Amino acid sequence: MATKEGHIASAFSILDILWVLYSDVIGVNPQNFRSDDRDYFILSKGHGSLALYAVLAERGFFPPSELERFSTFQSKFGGHPDCNKVPGVEASTGSLGHGLPLAVGVALGMRIREINRRVYVLVGDAECNEGSIWESALLAAHHKLANLTCIVDHNHSTDRALGLGNLAGKWEAFGWAATTVDGHDHRQIRDALKQSSPDRPMVIVAETIKGFGCKQMENNPAWHHRSPTREELPLILEELA
Amino acid sequence: MVLLGDISVFGFRNAFQLHPKRIYNIGICEQAMTSMGAGLAKTGLIPVLHSIAPFVVERCFEQIKVDFCYQKLPGNIVSVGASYDYAALGCTHHCPGDVAVLRTLPGMEIVVPGTPGEFDRLFRAAYANPHPTYFRLSERSNPQTHEVEFGRANILKQGKKATVIAVGPVLPAVLAAVQDLDVTILYYTTVAPFDGDTLKQNNQGGKIVLVEPFYAGTLVADIHEALGTASAAIETIGVPHRFLTDYGHAEEHDEAIGLTPAGIRKRITDFVGRS
Repeated sequence: MATKEGHIASAFSILDILWVLYSDVIGVNPQNFRSDDRDYFILSKGHGSLALYAVLAERGFFPPSELERFSTFQSKFGGHPDCNKVPGVEASTGSLGHGLPLAVGVALGMRIREINRRVYVLVGDAECNEGSIWESALLAAHHKLANLTCIVDHNHSTDRALGLGNLAGKWEAFGWAATTVDGHDHRQIRDALKQSSPDRPMVIVAETIKGFGCKQMENNPAWHHRSPTREELPLILEELA
Repeated sequence: MVLLGDISVFGFRNAFQLHPKRIYNIGICEQAMTSMGAGLAKTGLIPVLHSIAPFVVERCFEQIKVDFCYQKLPGNIVSVGASYDYAALGCTHHCPGDVAVLRTLPGMEIVVPGTPGEFDRLFRAAYANPHPTYFRLSERSNPQTHEVEFGRANILKQGKKATVIAVGPVLPAVLAAVQDLDVTILYYTTVAPFDGDTLKQNNQGGKIVLVEPFYAGTLVADIHEALGTASAAIETIGVPHRFLTDYGHAEEHDEAIGLTPAGIRKRITDFVGRS
């Protein structure tokens, strides 16, 4: 990497979810992603951009080599994703609490236009501190947006500030169909992503570990926004291999 | 697609009957409503978001910035209430700062009509274009509808001593104030993009008076940019930069801050009389 930027631990907590979503579930690919007839994925927690870029590259939206310039001056790939630069990115996110209401609009728009497709959106648990998330939760349930699946990356990153208590119970109380999975178990993730309710939006609370796969990063706040040093990098790559 | 923030719902009762899939009373959640409008735009629908100005602009400023302007999505925000139409409700319901904040957003279009007829013309011209567009409506209306054109100022009168810019609702007071003065009157109903050409071609006196229905001086940077290397002295008349904590009626506020024919005339004659 040519930069010292990036929320690596936040990306590792959602990498399994995105991998399963793009490998086995979502109906979007480099050929159809400009057409109306596609599924949408919106990364509401934009600071997980590294995971999204890696999965999109793997699915052929752009060559993986382009990612080496991540966050450098004229790179297409920033610390938060830009939908006007990166093929496959549906929304420019980064400020929390925007992606879910935007996804609610896409889901409603699809229903009005009679496009029988699905919208997936991933929010962070800390993002659930934002009021606009709960405005959107009310709206999606009220309008019975059964074509919407929201995944909550429950990595407990904000428990130190504002705890969320019974998170799945909160979404259920707002009128959503809720399920909880181990966010690093591919089979559980796949099964949940393929579920839907006939008349309710679907939420998947994914229990995840921030920095999953790398022992020194796991649940270590020091890694929220930093890059490995020259000395750390080979050890981390060996652990991930 | 019309999304209402639980404002003006009764006025749209016929639309709810005729087009139930194209109009929604979203409720009192303006932030989500704004982002949701952007999501509708992503699917190819043209959203029109409506509430009173402080709630649909200032409360949702970041949603407008990120979800419409940065994403480059089209859409329309139509406010009502202007600077202090709801005077009796107090400062929470005033919005003299809407245009000032929105003009910081790259790509944002801002329209300030003076009458329902002008709004009709301007809305039809701009609502389906690729940019987010803000329409600032008022409970009050000017007596006469002009043949306005989106993005262009109207030249209502030509004179030599100064150029007076009247924005939307202040036009009747400006016309009454300067009718016998030797000044040019330019009527602006689109303020972003700002029609700099018309101003530059009508700056004979080197003195410009900017009369605005929102915070005084909001458009000064646009005037500077339009003039380029040409020079002019600029006087600004509008809403003063403080909270207007009195109640009553909008006309009483006009009177108190000098946004009346007499108040504007005095400011202009003093300014033009100065060498």
